[in-house]
Amino acid sequence: MQDTVVQIRDLHFARGERVIFDGVDIDIRRGSVTAIMGPSGTGKTTLLKLIGGQICPSSGSIIVDGERIGDLGISALYELRKRMGMMFQSGALLTDLTVYDNVAFPIREHTRLPERLVRDLVLMKLHAVGLRGAARLMPNELSGGMARRVAMARAIALDPMLVLYDEPFTGQDPISMGVLLKLIRELNDALGLTSIVVSHDVKETASIADYAYLLSDGKVVDEGVPETLWNSASAWSKQFLHGEPDGPVAFHYPAVGYKEDLFEGGQKG
Amino acid sequence: MILDRIQGLGRKAIGFVERLGRAHLFLLRTISGIPGVLLRPSLVIRQLYMVGVLTLLIILVSGFFVGMVLGLQGYNTLSDFGAEESLGVMVALSLVRELGPVVTALLFAGRAGSALTAEIGLMKATEQLSGMEMMAVDPMRRVIAPRFLAGFISMPLLAAIFSLVGVYGGYFVGVGLLGVDDGAFWSQMQDRVELHDDILNGVIKSFVFGFVAAWIAVFEGYDAVPTSEGVSRATTRTVVHTSLTVLGLDFILTALMFGD
Repeated sequence: MQDTVVQIRDLHFARGERVIFDGVDIDIRRGSVTAIMGPSGTGKTTLLKLIGGQICPSSGSIIVDGERIGDLGISALYELRKRMGMMFQSGALLTDLTVYDNVAFPIREHTRLPERLVRDLVLMKLHAVGLRGAARLMPNELSGGMARRVAMARAIALDPMLVLYDEPFTGQDPISMGVLLKLIRELNDALGLTSIVVSHDVKETASIADYAYLLSDGKVVDEGVPETLWNSASAWSKQFLHGEPDGPVAFHYPAVGYKEDLFEGGQKG
Repeated sequence: MILDRIQGLGRKAIGFVERLGRAHLFLLRTISGIPGVLLRPSLVIRQLYMVGVLTLLIILVSGFFVGMVLGLQGYNTLSDFGAEESLGVMVALSLVRELGPVVTALLFAGRAGSALTAEIGLMKATEQLSGMEMMAVDPMRRVIAPRFLAGFISMPLLAAIFSLVGVYGGYFVGVGLLGVDDGAFWSQMQDRVELHDDILNGVIKSFVFGFVAAWIAVFEGYDAVPTSEGVSRATTRTVVHTSLTVLGLDFILTALMFGD
């Protein structure tokens, strides 16, 4: 079994004129929780979509569990996705199905298991995220944190090898955040998964990650175990990790000189 | 200035052709998903309920009113020539040939088409379609094809019900309120409405309109910009495009079927 589940080499990706990735190299070690962090708009979610094969890179390679994503046909890609789980930022639960049916959805779609067994599996997954009692609720009856836990149960329904978490902590209260952090780490270790957590909640993500990558302007600007990143020599990393308002990422959006702007405005007025 | 306008016009034309191409590729993918859907009839049955059964009430009420208006207007005109006994034929032909398929398609676009577009658009906006893809479930097979098929099957059935109820609406006004002879109403209708020329052509029209209405509804939903404004625009486009396409196609089909 290979030690690296996801290997990204010289990844380039652009949306129209806008370059999102400009030569990114990332390795995700089997069994680890890897954090991908960076400011909003750096393409963290795009990276997950590239790993899941929902979009194709402009150049470079993405190898997941030994298979090069760009070379796979649609059925091979779907087979690979059965070994992946993804938790979307919104939860992406199917709104016309109950919590139970949402978790049962991938099992029913991909297996011919008897309903009795499906029930046991679903209840086990829901129990793991603490929501067995919410099985009959509809998604609109759940809080944001509960919806994400259901999405997490659904992501692990088929016992995947890799789980992708897209901004799992955004907008969560401290208790929900704590629950999600605990679940990501514990499920990863207990089920022998590999987890990729995309987030800009630095402290929380770093607290459960084995390894972290910092992305900015289409490149990996820093990487390492979280403890070393806190003391990174990079000015950008320091600004991002400590949340400093000014630094390499300037406080002011690029503009003409302040005086010049005011003077010109006065003349026009 | 003029050059800018020409460029803008060109861009719009290219955008239109591009979208038309996307819609056709989408249709091919949808149709290729239908065999898989037929193996899981429960998916289609649920959509038949959502698309067909829930549209039934508006079809029944509208059909009856349209039939009543036809009865009233027809009686006023026919009685001038002493031909009020032909009211049954007039009502039936108007409904079976034209109003049944066309008005049903327009109502279908407003009730079921807009709902389909909004549902699919919102599924896209809330990442449910992406979520399915990541669960290795093809949304074209699981979401789009059953809805398309349900729309295509429902439309002719709804059009038939519309025409049937409309005839009874005309009967209610003509025979029940205005005193047209009961026997003449039905016998003339039976005598003059042809199975092939009238009913079959009406059924063909309703199949064509059902195909187009379901196609536009699911495509607009799938192609919607995934924001609340995008979904709202897509829903409006569904109603407008379906209405215009149905009316345009109706003229073409009528010319082909009934033109000399």
